[in-house]
Amino acid sequence: MVKPVLEVKNLIKTYGRVIALDGADLELYPGEVLAIVGDNGAGKSTLIKCISGAEKADSGKIIIDGAEVSFNKVQESRLAGIETVYQSLAVAPSLDVTANIFLGREIRRGGLFGQLSRMMDSSLMKKDAQKYISSLGIETIQNINQAVETLSGGQRQAVAVARAVAFSQKIIILDEPTAALGVRESSQVLSLIKNLQSRGLPVIIISHNMPQVFEVANRIQIQRLGKRAGVVTPKTHDMRDVVAVMTGALKLEQKDQTLNSVT
Amino acid sequence: MSKKSLESKQSDLTEFSSSISRIQIIQSYLHRYPWLSSASVLIMAIFSFSFFNSNFLTPGNLSLILQQVSIIGALALGQTIIILTGGIDLSCAAISVCCMMIMAKSGMGDPYIENDGLSIWLAFPLGIFIAALAGAFNGFLVTKFRLPPFIVTLGTLNIFIAITILYASGRSILENEIDPFLLELSNILKIGEFVVTYGVILMLLMYVFFAYSLRFTSWGRHIYAVGNDPEAARLSGISVNKVLMSAYLVAGLIFGLTSWIMIGRIMVASPNVPSDYNLVAITAVVIGGTSLFGGRGTVFGTLIGACIVGVFQNGLTLAGVDLTFQVLAIGILIIFAVTLDTWVRRVKV
Repeated sequence: MVKPVLEVKNLIKTYGRVIALDGADLELYPGEVLAIVGDNGAGKSTLIKCISGAEKADSGKIIIDGAEVSFNKVQESRLAGIETVYQSLAVAPSLDVTANIFLGREIRRGGLFGQLSRMMDSSLMKKDAQKYISSLGIETIQNINQAVETLSGGQRQAVAVARAVAFSQKIIILDEPTAALGVRESSQVLSLIKNLQSRGLPVIIISHNMPQVFEVANRIQIQRLGKRAGVVTPKTHDMRDVVAVMTGALKLEQKDQTLNSVT
Repeated sequence: MSKKSLESKQSDLTEFSSSISRIQIIQSYLHRYPWLSSASVLIMAIFSFSFFNSNFLTPGNLSLILQQVSIIGALALGQTIIILTGGIDLSCAAISVCCMMIMAKSGMGDPYIENDGLSIWLAFPLGIFIAALAGAFNGFLVTKFRLPPFIVTLGTLNIFIAITILYASGRSILENEIDPFLLELSNILKIGEFVVTYGVILMLLMYVFFAYSLRFTSWGRHIYAVGNDPEAARLSGISVNKVLMSAYLVAGLIFGLTSWIMIGRIMVASPNVPSDYNLVAITAVVIGGTSLFGGRGTVFGTLIGACIVGVFQNGLTLAGVDLTFQVLAIGILIIFAVTLDTWVRRVKV
């Protein structure tokens, strides 16, 4: 049996009296696209924030490649090779596209000069940023010297996705990556996800868009009330079943769950 | 509907959109170069004042304006860094005055108990250290207890003023009592007909240094990112508290050096140095096009803003206008600058 890249066990996270995660579990296998779906307040975003170190869980385990980890800040999950596109996109509006892509990991000039002056290598970063943006196939961003606030919602999302894709080494997490995108840009992001999968990079995607989820996902995890309500595959279940589980109208039998089926 | 009326409607529409876009072009330019509007205000002000008074545009008077600007300009530099992070420092001048008294008094000693005081090589670094400490204290309260910078620095403004007066025993230290090293920045350098004090040069050097740091180092970039959106900065892997702390600490250092410029300019160390410097420094930053909401602005703009304040004060004085009108003019400028900033931030291009 294939070992999971990422395992989350019994994660609990509360905000005061609000219980966001009530013993959430998750397994992510190499090379798969795992979709997480659920109603509002089901704890999807909190779950991925705990994985990426943006939030600290009250209790529970996060295991990467068999070793338990504990991320206190985003920097630590990045070092472990996990990149996340947050729902809020986490971009700095007044900075340009290049600055946003390299935010928090600016490249300094080499040599003694770079050490003394602490000067950033702007031309190198610009070149790389251009490469990342064009490799996404999203040509709508003409000028990477543009401030992000002058971009449309879809273009901003493209910047956030490009940043995550460029630096991800092990796992990539996308929270509503197509929410602000048009039809054409959405399909570009979807083909990008398939592309990542073909590179062997496992992807976690949160989405409300069922057709998209069924198009890209290998497995679909359904969150309900801060827990995993079940895991299905697009082959064995249809959208109606998923929505029924999401809303609590249907309970999955244990034998129906395809927890360990890896494509 | 006939074809003709359709066509005329269409041309109306294109005309409408082109007039919109012209305003939008101005808006987007101001958006990209926030100092443009302040630079044009400065040029217009210089032009009109020289029109009213022939003495205004003489090298002597321009040198005087620069000297008058040196204190406000230096304070406004530290203020800019804090405002860029989305904060504000109401205590900036109080830190400088406190530092000035420490340097002057500890260096002088107490004649009543026949104490020679510290060597200036101890007194000077001590003053700067206290200023940095004061800045760090502001930063500590802002980051550790998550208090609004406005409230924190309103409190520390009063604390620093009180400490200064208590330490100075309410007494000023006169020129002949002050260590000559502290008055070093009053020396002048003649460039042609222009007379520049060392204080002005120190201020300009600090501007160059921080213009570089904010533009070309990752520290500067993180300052802007934190001012833009602290949560986004955190999710982007920036240690927001460290950045904020460094901003307040660095500003404290700048306010410390400002006190050196201050002594050189007013030639006396007094705990009662006008505390409206606090607000004038913020005025210079705002007029210079830096957004009070953080994340947008340049130190170059602040330098222009400080010059505008100086030019208005000097020009209106030369024109024989009552001091109250200077205050009025500065007030109008502030409202104008903030209105412009609010408009520019709504840019949609």
